[in-house]
Amino acid sequence: MSVFGQSAPSDVADVSASEQVVHPVVRRSGVDRIFRAIATSSGIITFILMGLIGGFLLLKGYDALKVAGWGFLTDSEWAPDQGGKFGIAAILPFTVQIAVVALFIAVPVALCTALFITEYAPRKIRRILTAMIDLLAAVPSLIYGLWGLFYLQPRLITLSKWMADHMGWVPFFHVDDKYGTSLGIFPSSTFVSGVIVSLMVIPICTAVMREVFSQAPPGEREGAMALGGTRWGVVRDVVLPFGRGGIIGGSMLGLGRALGETIAVTLIISPAFTAKWSILDQGSNSIAALIALKFSESSTFGISALMAAGLALFIITLLVNAAASTVVSKSRSGASTEI
Amino acid sequence: MTTTLNTTPNNNETKIDTEERIKIRDIEMIDVIVMVGSALSAFALSYFFFQILLPVSGALGFFVCWYVFFNIISTVAVWELRGAIKAKDHLARMFIWTGGLAAVIPLILVVAYVIGKGYHSLRPQFFTQDQKFVGALSDSTEGGGSHAIVGTLQQVGIASLISVPLGITTAVYLNEVKGRLTRPLRMIIDAMSAVPSIVAGLFIYAAWILALGNQQTGFAGALALAVLFLPTVTRTSEVVLRLVPGGLREASLALGGTEWRTTSRVVLPTAKSGLVTAVILGVARVIGETAPLILTVGGAFVMNANPLSGKQDALPYFVFRLIRFPQEAQVQRAWTGALVLVIIVLVLFVIARAIGGRGPDNISRLKKRRLKRKGLA
Repeated sequence: MSVFGQSAPSDVADVSASEQVVHPVVRRSGVDRIFRAIATSSGIITFILMGLIGGFLLLKGYDALKVAGWGFLTDSEWAPDQGGKFGIAAILPFTVQIAVVALFIAVPVALCTALFITEYAPRKIRRILTAMIDLLAAVPSLIYGLWGLFYLQPRLITLSKWMADHMGWVPFFHVDDKYGTSLGIFPSSTFVSGVIVSLMVIPICTAVMREVFSQAPPGEREGAMALGGTRWGVVRDVVLPFGRGGIIGGSMLGLGRALGETIAVTLIISPAFTAKWSILDQGSNSIAALIALKFSESSTFGISALMAAGLALFIITLLVNAAASTVVSKSRSGASTEI
Repeated sequence: MTTTLNTTPNNNETKIDTEERIKIRDIEMIDVIVMVGSALSAFALSYFFFQILLPVSGALGFFVCWYVFFNIISTVAVWELRGAIKAKDHLARMFIWTGGLAAVIPLILVVAYVIGKGYHSLRPQFFTQDQKFVGALSDSTEGGGSHAIVGTLQQVGIASLISVPLGITTAVYLNEVKGRLTRPLRMIIDAMSAVPSIVAGLFIYAAWILALGNQQTGFAGALALAVLFLPTVTRTSEVVLRLVPGGLREASLALGGTEWRTTSRVVLPTAKSGLVTAVILGVARVIGETAPLILTVGGAFVMNANPLSGKQDALPYFVFRLIRFPQEAQVQRAWTGALVLVIIVLVLFVIARAIGGRGPDNISRLKKRRLKRKGLA
């Protein structure tokens, strides 16, 4: 492994085999030793930084966690400063709901976009579309939040009302009829925030899926074509099966991003602290938005509680992302994907 | 296509004329007729539904209705004409084209909306004045956001000063030096890029402000941005370094170059344009981050050009605070700030595209001109 450069197949860590190969003895000059030390230490800094993030959140959140105990996972109120209970039992389900709504929209669109870019689009459109998707990722989430709040929400609640009226038998779409289904109860909902968050998830999912689809083996692709397959036949029988890992992994990376989205959700929601199934009516929440909203009005203890919530979010996104990376790297076609 | 067919030795009746090229994707008259016919009949059908049967109207609803009908009718027509397999192919093609182009619509809508909302009160003084003498009720064209722009530039600048060298050295470690840490480091960087931006802010608040006893300053904000910036730079630069052909490295080493000289004189210069692109794209993403700044910079309405002491403002945070004011003028100021932010991001994006987006063997137009001046090309 110590051979410098590309000559050794870099990542195929077949250790047992490579240990039998006798490497030439490399004597490095002093400059090189310093160079390697600097490069290695910058890698180590990244390790330390990651440890510090978790460590400091735990350290500062410990006071609150000690007081709340297991209640932190089972209480749904958030009143640490009033001496009341606080926990993530309502906020976490809301966070997940928003993320799931976002994925429901983002994954099909990203799938179509990725297939379109790799399989269908003429070369010119492909270049433009790739740039557009990159730009979609570069637009700040604050801007999406503003657009969602002022432009999309007034239009989207008509759809919310239609869904509540006609598809109320689905538990997620059921809205309590106590006040009637007037348009006024539909803004600031889980649904609206999820739709906005989906815009930020689409580029990530598309990037991973595109990468994986473009690595579908050309031999099998051409074979399917030569057997008289249509383009859709090639996509269905070659590209999609080979890209399955990328589709799942990309969606999970998107999930990680959706769970941590802050500003857009903060702008849209009106905070609620009772978990509910329905996603269409007013009131929602997310851990990130809770931190952004409560931060300025919290005392030291309140901030400690927010640190604990941040730690929970940190751990959840880490787990989701680790799972996603594993899936992507294990998938057959995405073996060399590093997204 | 023709050549392969013609070189086959068998001579059956379907011999293909050498002069005539086979077109693989030939559009026949009948296809055009089917498409135009389905479009027309879908139009008539949705007109019937929309204008006569249902008491609703609206251009968007009509268009969606027409589009759905068009897909159904044309699929059925292709089914009749060419059979089930072709019909499925047709349907999938329509679906994927729709989905692929649908992803772009919100982008256009967002940018157009922000421009439409913001341009009324965008004056040159937005870049030169701050909010010192501006009240919530004064006119939306009064004052400006120079304090926020300066804050953002300083914070992002400091964040890049920290993250870019660190990120590129880490990428060099991952791709050039390589060692026992390569694999776990790659995993950690993947994980780090998933850290929610608000958590990065919380971390800096916990470590830099609470534990080390500093105040909320522009520098604290820069640190939070650096945490978000580092994994982006590392990953994109690693991808760029991987594109450098291995032969160049080997040639340098074979000529007796040390690892340090190989990296600094061969690998990094070859990857230069890609690295610059990676950094600029990273800046474009970090510059709009709001969440970590809420916790770290403190926010201000007056110019504070010293990132090391006192509260500072940032453009995204400026927008985020003002948009929630009840006064119309404040909201308008926020939209102006949002427009400036979008313009900055767009400009950075275009610059990044102009520099990079091509392989190392492709010379950019700018460079070509420079070479021509030297008489080389």
